[in-house]
Amino acid sequence: MTVADLIGACPLPFTQHDRVLLGHGSGGRLSADLIQRLFLPAFGNAILSRLEDQATCSLQPHADATLAFTTDSFVVQPIFFPGGDIGSLAVHGTVNDLAMGGATPLFLSAAFILEEGLPLEDLRRIAMSMRTACDAAGVTLVTGDTKVVDRGKGDQVFITTSGIGVVPRGRALSAASCQPGDRILVSGTIGDHGMAIMSVREGLEFETSLVSDSAPLADLTRVMLEACPEIRCMRDPTRGGVTSALHEIAAASGVGMALLETAIPVRPDVRGACEILGLDPLYVANEGKLIAVVPRHRADLLLEVMRAHPLGANAALVGEVVDEHPGMVVLRSRIGGERVVTMLAGEQLPRIC
Amino acid sequence: MRFLDEYRDEAAARKLVRAIEDATTRPWTLMEVCGGQTHTIVRYGIDELLPKEIELVHGPGCPVCVTALETIDRAHAIAARPDVIFCSFGDMLRVPGSHGDLLQLKSHGSDVRIVYSPLDAVTIAAAHPHKQVVFFAVGFETTAPPNAMAVWMAAHRGLTNFSVLVSHVLVPPAMTAILEAPDNRVQAFLGPGHVCTVVGYEEYEPLAARYRVPIVITGFEPVDMLEGVLLAVQQLESGRAEVENAYGRAVQREGNQASRALIGEIFEVCDRKWRGVGMVPGSGLRLTPAYHAFDAERRFAVDWIETQEPAVCISGEILRGVRKPHDCPAFGTACTPDTPIGATMVSAEGACAAYHAYGRHLHGAPLLVNR
Repeated sequence: MTVADLIGACPLPFTQHDRVLLGHGSGGRLSADLIQRLFLPAFGNAILSRLEDQATCSLQPHADATLAFTTDSFVVQPIFFPGGDIGSLAVHGTVNDLAMGGATPLFLSAAFILEEGLPLEDLRRIAMSMRTACDAAGVTLVTGDTKVVDRGKGDQVFITTSGIGVVPRGRALSAASCQPGDRILVSGTIGDHGMAIMSVREGLEFETSLVSDSAPLADLTRVMLEACPEIRCMRDPTRGGVTSALHEIAAASGVGMALLETAIPVRPDVRGACEILGLDPLYVANEGKLIAVVPRHRADLLLEVMRAHPLGANAALVGEVVDEHPGMVVLRSRIGGERVVTMLAGEQLPRIC
Repeated sequence: MRFLDEYRDEAAARKLVRAIEDATTRPWTLMEVCGGQTHTIVRYGIDELLPKEIELVHGPGCPVCVTALETIDRAHAIAARPDVIFCSFGDMLRVPGSHGDLLQLKSHGSDVRIVYSPLDAVTIAAAHPHKQVVFFAVGFETTAPPNAMAVWMAAHRGLTNFSVLVSHVLVPPAMTAILEAPDNRVQAFLGPGHVCTVVGYEEYEPLAARYRVPIVITGFEPVDMLEGVLLAVQQLESGRAEVENAYGRAVQREGNQASRALIGEIFEVCDRKWRGVGMVPGSGLRLTPAYHAFDAERRFAVDWIETQEPAVCISGEILRGVRKPHDCPAFGTACTPDTPIGATMVSAEGACAAYHAYGRHLHGAPLLVNR
C-alpha cells in the first residue's frame, strides 16, 4: 500500500492532535496525514507531490555539467533564533556547501527526526520557513523522510538535508589550488550567527539584538564566478569559523595565510558580545558568509562585484596567501604584533574573568 | 568600539614602546600577575614589541590553573551524585582531575551546567527545589563579590538546596610567596587590575615597601599593559619601589566598598592549597561560620578527599615565573589543550594554554609579514 492509498482511504482529522505523536513516524495514517496536511502544503511541487519512493529529476538543460552532491545535519538549539530557524538554516547550509564548489544548486532532500511532543505548529513554521528559503535559493525540495523518536530521546527536531547541484564544464574550484600572492576576501562581517545563537541561550541576555546571518549564497557565488572565473576556491566558514576554513585551505594548498586583524569586518555588537564572553570572532560560526581566495590582480574587481550584491555589501580584503609558514595562519594584531591563529581543540568556553 | 579601540591603538602602542626603549638602560624582569594579562601579551605579540632587555614572566593569576587537584576531585564527587545539578563557569569544566574532567562526567549523564553568573545557579536552585544545586565558587578577589552575592541571595530567599564549593584565592599572599622564594627573579609587578577594582591597592603598599619592588596596577588591553611596563621600568631605572595606579579608569585606592563589605560578611581568610605551588598561608577565602549551611564540602561530606599532585609537570614553576612554558619537555607534545597534563594548559588564561593557542609551540612561529 502506498502513502497515496492511505491518504485516499481514511483522512484522519489532523486537528485532533496539536503535537507530534510516535504514530506520526509509524508509516500509517498519522504519517500520511502529516505529509498531506503539513509537508505537502509547505513544499508541494510537481516532483515531490508524486509521492513516489524516490524523486526522479531531469538534468536536461545541464546535460554536460558535473554533478555536485552534499549533505549536512542540523541540530541547532534553540530551533527558532533571531534571523532564522532550524529549517531555513538546513536549506541555506546545504545550498551554500554546493555554491562553494561553484555549483548551481537544484534539488534538496530533507529528513526530519522529530521528538514526540513537538508542537505541530512549530513543525509547520519550520516547513514554511524551509519553503521560503528554497524559493529564495532557487532550489526544489524533491524528496524527504520523517521519523519520530520517544520524548527525551531527541531535542525537538533534527533535520538532515542533502543537495544536488550542477557545476559547468571546465569549472574546478579547489582548496588545493591557492598560490602565494593570492588575496583572501570575506563577504561580510564575521561571527554574526554564532553570537546570535549564544545570545538566546539560557542565561545570557544581551541588551542589543544580535541577528544570525543565515542566507543562501548561491546567487553571490554566481555573480562572483561570472566576473572572475579564476577564483581559486571558496569556503563558507561555519563551525570553527574563519580560522578553521583558512586552516583547511592552507593545509590543502601547502601555503601560509597572513591576515590583518584590523581588516576583518566584525559588527560592533558582535564584537561587544565576544568581548564580554571572552570569545574570538575568528572562531565563531557564520551561516551566510564566504571566504574566497583569488588571484591578486582580480581582488579589486571581485570586491566591487561582491559589494554590489546585497549579501556582500561589507566584503573586505583581509589578507594574503604567502609561501612562508605553510599550513599556518598568522595574524598581524591591531597594535602591530603577530601571532599564529591555531585551530581550536574543542568548543570555545567562556572565560571566568 | 569606544573604551576598547583607544586601548588597542597601534599609534599609541608604538609611542609607548618607544618611551619604554628610551627609559630602558639594562635588563629587567617584570611579572604580570593576571592570566588575562598573559593572554593579552601573547595575543597581541606585546613581548615581541618590547626591547630585548625587558623580560615578561607570567604570574599565578589564573584562577582555573591554581585550583587544587583535590578541589577538582571533590567537585567530581559532588557532581557525580544523581541528586545534584552542578553549575560552574565554563573553563573549569575542562580542568583534569584525578578521574577526568567535569565535561566527561557530563557525558556520562551527570547534570553539569555552564552558567555565566553565580546568580544563575541561585535561579536554577529556586526552579528545582527537589534537586541540590551546587556552584563551583572559584577565582580571585574579582569573582568573590558575585559569589558572595549568590550565597547572600540564597540565604535571603531561604533556599535550602543551594550550596557553593569554595576555592577562592587571594593575590597578595601569592605575590609574597613569589618574593620569598630563593629562586625569585621578579623585579617588578604589573599588578592585577580587576582584583584591585574590587579590593583597591592599599594592601599592596606594604609589599612594595618591604620587598623594595615596584607594583604598577595594570589593565588588560595592549595600551594599558605597555603603560604598566613603562611605569614599572621608570621606577626600576630610578630606584623607586612604589605602588602606582596605571588603571585609573577602573581602580580606586580603596576599591569598591560595597563589594568589600559583602565579601567580609560571607567569607573569611583561610590557608589555601594552590595547584602546582602547594599550601600558601592566608591565601584563600572560605565561608564564615554564619554561612556554613551553604558549604558544599560540609553538605556532601567530601572534605576527606585529598589528592597529591603528579610530579610530571612544571606548572608550579611557571606559576611562580621561574620558568616558561617552552622550558617544559611535554609542552606542545604530550601536553596540549586536548590532553592537558597540568593546570596551566587548561584555561585560556593559563600561560601554557596561551602560548599554545597563539602557536608558540610551532617552530619558526610567529613569522613576520608586512613588517
